Amino acid sequence: MQEYFYQLADELTALLHGAEVYTCTFAGEDTEFVRFNHNAIRQAGTVTQRFLSLTLIDGLRHASGTLSLAGALEVDRSRVATLLTTLRAQLPHLPDDPHLLYATEVHTSEYMGENRLPEDSTAVITAIQEAGRGLDLVGLYAAGGMYRGFANSLGQRNWFASYSYNFDWSLYHQGDKAVKNSYAGFVWDPHEFARKMETASAQLAVLARPPQTITPGRYRVYLAPAALAEILGLLSWGGFGLKDHRTKQTPLLKMVEEGICLHPAVTISENTRDGVAPNFQEEGFSKPDQVILIAAGAFRECLVSPRSAKEYGVATNGASRDEAPESLDMRAGDIPAADILRHLDKGVYINNVWYLNYSDRMACRITGMTRFATFWVEGGVIQAPLNVMRFDDTLYRMLGENLVGLTYEREFLLDPSTYGARSTSSSRVPGALVADLLFTL
Amino acid sequence: MHERLIARFHAVAPAVDFCSLRFVHQRSEYLCVRQNILQPVSITDDVGAMVTVMDQGGMGYAGTSDLTEAGLRRAVERALAWARYGADRSVTPFSQRTFPCPQGAYSSAVQIPWASIPLSEKIALLRTAAERLKSDERIVDWEASLWHTESEVLYVTADGGRVHQCFSYLVPMLSATANAGVETQTRTFAGRGYCRQGGLEILDHTGFHEAAPRIASEAVQLLLAPNCPSGRMDVLLAPDQMILQLHESIGHPLELDRILGDERNYAGTSFVTPEMFGTYRYGSELLNVTFDPTRPEEFASYGFDDEGQPACREYLIRNGILLRGLGGAVSQVRSGLPGVANARASSWNRPPIDRIANLNLEPGESSFTEMITAVDRGVYMQTNVSWSIDDSRNKFQFGCEWGQLIEQGKLTTVVKNPNYRGVSATFWRNLKMVGDRQTFEVLGSPYCGKGEPNQVIRVGHAAPACLFADVEVFGGE
Repeated sequence: MQEYFYQLADELTALLHGAEVYTCTFAGEDTEFVRFNHNAIRQAGTVTQRFLSLTLIDGLRHASGTLSLAGALEVDRSRVATLLTTLRAQLPHLPDDPHLLYATEVHTSEYMGENRLPEDSTAVITAIQEAGRGLDLVGLYAAGGMYRGFANSLGQRNWFASYSYNFDWSLYHQGDKAVKNSYAGFVWDPHEFARKMETASAQLAVLARPPQTITPGRYRVYLAPAALAEILGLLSWGGFGLKDHRTKQTPLLKMVEEGICLHPAVTISENTRDGVAPNFQEEGFSKPDQVILIAAGAFRECLVSPRSAKEYGVATNGASRDEAPESLDMRAGDIPAADILRHLDKGVYINNVWYLNYSDRMACRITGMTRFATFWVEGGVIQAPLNVMRFDDTLYRMLGENLVGLTYEREFLLDPSTYGARSTSSSRVPGALVADLLFTL
Repeated sequence: MHERLIARFHAVAPAVDFCSLRFVHQRSEYLCVRQNILQPVSITDDVGAMVTVMDQGGMGYAGTSDLTEAGLRRAVERALAWARYGADRSVTPFSQRTFPCPQGAYSSAVQIPWASIPLSEKIALLRTAAERLKSDERIVDWEASLWHTESEVLYVTADGGRVHQCFSYLVPMLSATANAGVETQTRTFAGRGYCRQGGLEILDHTGFHEAAPRIASEAVQLLLAPNCPSGRMDVLLAPDQMILQLHESIGHPLELDRILGDERNYAGTSFVTPEMFGTYRYGSELLNVTFDPTRPEEFASYGFDDEGQPACREYLIRNGILLRGLGGAVSQVRSGLPGVANARASSWNRPPIDRIANLNLEPGESSFTEMITAVDRGVYMQTNVSWSIDDSRNKFQFGCEWGQLIEQGKLTTVVKNPNYRGVSATFWRNLKMVGDRQTFEVLGSPYCGKGEPNQVIRVGHAAPACLFADVEVFGGE
């Protein structure tokens, strides 16, 4: 695949005229998707896709196009050449772009993940169904190779190949009562999978207890890592990008303009070094190992794409065009996860939250629902599953004045998202104990 | 191209209970002027196909962007292998039903084709709109954009079925963001709600050319506005909020695949259960909801779904009573419930699942003035900005860009951050007036997410303004 992409890139270089420059990215995958419901197969299939995005630049004029490719040079070279011709024909109709910025220093890199996935994935599917026998298992197994590349006519070449699986599933008791789980990685370990299934099955027993309903009000809560990752995921939607800051649309505007701080235990970074995403971006810039976004509760630095860098006259830090974290990292705290029920004492243990959105963006007030295994806790002991509740509170309270502490242990969560393509995003997040969170419905 | 592709498919199609090929070719162009500067112009040319095989009860699919005979052969082999593997492991015996052998065609009605206007003119049009958006120094960000897509879908079956559909989509957008200190407010052109099928005539039909000054003015007005008050009161929802209300708390809960449990690990389940169909009072007698793929200008109109089922208009809710779910042929067989032709896929690389397509709330008889006059204390809300609902599609909370108090039958003070919350199962029963055709608008969304693997798909919604009683309303901090 790498050779094929580099060959296409070389051929593109040969097709340029005069002072033209190009940049291009490649995104491909060979993925097996198996979807389950009631521990039976709902849909099973394979997707083979390759996309090339090409930007043709002449001076300050540029035009871009994305093509799906067959993955075979004899078929694709003519399609790519046609795209180049189309873009060239557009350029005279376009004005100079004052915010154009692309990498002109050549930084070639290569990451070749080893393919240690089972040759026959049906063995894994069989194992899943056997482990789920008698259980109401629902979810998606996605596995295979993912490829990302960058090339430009200046000679830079970057390649990233990773072979992973992500089994994202739930075990249902009944109605909306379920245990959510995931097992993702690079080597399928039957023993680890069995351990996760056993743990999830055991939690189902608690879900079988009569559910409890609480009245709206303020409650002490524990947000497990997956729940906190959802909240940080929403924050990533316009929270950290330079463009959102300069246009005053970031929900963290009060941190920047008024110096409001979160709890000193809160340190958040874009940690490319320890993530699983490629370390290069669409314009060919390399990502630094780490960008500290929030340090000890105070806003530190934005993610700056090349375009924003040019627009606002600052240096890029290799952010992707959307200026959102891809490898989000939140520093651990000092509460042992094993003691969290004791620290919670009386309140709500939230494993997952769902469908988050801003109810007052400028106040960074976030609403969302509890989902899956959420429990009522008294005396440091789980009493009963809780019926779903809506929360609506500001991040400044949740991770500021009301934050009691973070867990010492963190979870590394590989994003199971598959919109258009499998995600290479991840997050490494602790759990958070919050003195009170407002539930409204 | 088509004949060669079909010949290749027939050459490699196996002798099985059922085999189909769904070819998708999508071309799109995105133009955006932000702060009076043309943003990077991008085009997309995405072509690929999905082979589906059903045999011995199992079903398998393979999506590929390699449309050579060798590529299709590999796809068939993979799909066949999955079908064979799933033969006794699947949720239902997929191949034990009658398959359609459809014949037909559909094409969007286009008056002014996208390509008939030169690129430079389209850019100039956006520049003009963008310049009008920057009407005040407090406008700190503004943009005007057009996103056009032409999509061609060819569905063929090994036994001779053939459906050819061509779509033309346009998504116009305007937005203005105003700021003062730590207060920022954004106003838009109905979100991206004025997405429709057709050509550039959509800009005339939706008032795109005239909208910029109003949008900018309203963004600045919101900066100065007080927060929406809290309390239980009447709420009058404009069509560009009604479509979200309809989408989230009627559309998704009626999807049969949710009711069957397929979506429980991701998009969620439904408070609607099978026994409710035919008797359940979903809303007041004023509530009439249709699945209508036949409106030419609506975003998700089509002649056939992605499994070749012919599409037609159906009442889902009539006079408040739930009649029919949103489920394609497979879900109808699995559930034994009546459905519609809505097995749809986002592209060639995803398999069809039950999707909202065009979901409309039929107009009533109340004029806008009559509805305002009927309110003693309430809020008029326009344009969705925040949406959140539980995984059973019951407890919801939505926020709008624009609010205006209704006091003693009159529209009065503009308020910012208008939000409301409720429960689907009871909210629609408080529908007390439904706007007439004068208030009815055809809208939609390019972004409806669902499914594993995930799929984002186009939906169309048409609705009048509607008045609800006794709603929990609140504002910002």
